[in-house]
Amino acid sequence: MSGRTIHVLYFAWLRERIGRSQEALELPETVASVETLMTWLCERGDNYRRAFAVPGVVRCAVNQVFATADTEISNGDEVAFFPPVTGG
Amino acid sequence: MTVRVQEAPFDLGAELAKLCGGRTDIGGIGCFVGNVRDRSGDRTIIEMTLEHYPAMTQPALEAIVREAQARWPLLGCTLIHRVGRLLPGEGIVLVLAASAHRQAALEATQFLIDFLKTRAPFWKKERFADGAEDWVRARADDDEAARRWSDVKRP
Repeated sequence: MSGRTIHVLYFAWLRERIGRSQEALELPETVASVETLMTWLCERGDNYRRAFAVPGVVRCAVNQVFATADTEISNGDEVAFFPPVTGG
Repeated sequence: MTVRVQEAPFDLGAELAKLCGGRTDIGGIGCFVGNVRDRSGDRTIIEMTLEHYPAMTQPALEAIVREAQARWPLLGCTLIHRVGRLLPGEGIVLVLAASAHRQAALEATQFLIDFLKTRAPFWKKERFADGAEDWVRARADDDEAARRWSDVKRP
């Protein structure tokens, strides 16, 4: 489980609240899923807590495919967080 | 299948001609064009910015088109979505669906725009006349419009 690095992307108001559009993160052993990743990110600072504050609003994709809270995270994954989509 | 994400405006006439391309088996083409409105409630919109997730957008749009192709006997399909800065009155999205008969063409067109609104990673930000900016909130009735297709049996 050690030495896992993922690439995280943030879009729309999540990007604005967190203050960056992407980052590479080395994961602690406690992070195994989208849900535990969000919990860990919120421990990283107020900007993350503000972005993830409203439960059930933030959407996620793992390797460009829509994911759910229990989707597993593995070394090398691209994980994106964003608000509900508003295209069209 | 034509699926494109672009900053430039699209030309409906040119896309229609490209879709038909001299074919004589197409009996009907459904068309939806989404435009930027100049109002949101009682506020005046002066500009809209569309952000997207480039690595995911193209495969997500192609998956939506494949889903439509599995449900209706389509002879061609065009899906173009713009990103970047857009002004009121400009086109945001173009959907064309061609089939031998009108029902498949029209139903597939509605399905494509309903699914695009809930499954494609685009986000709109509006800038208002008073200088304020706001991200557009997702609408519950968009989710409902996409969901009702799950009750429609595949042909």
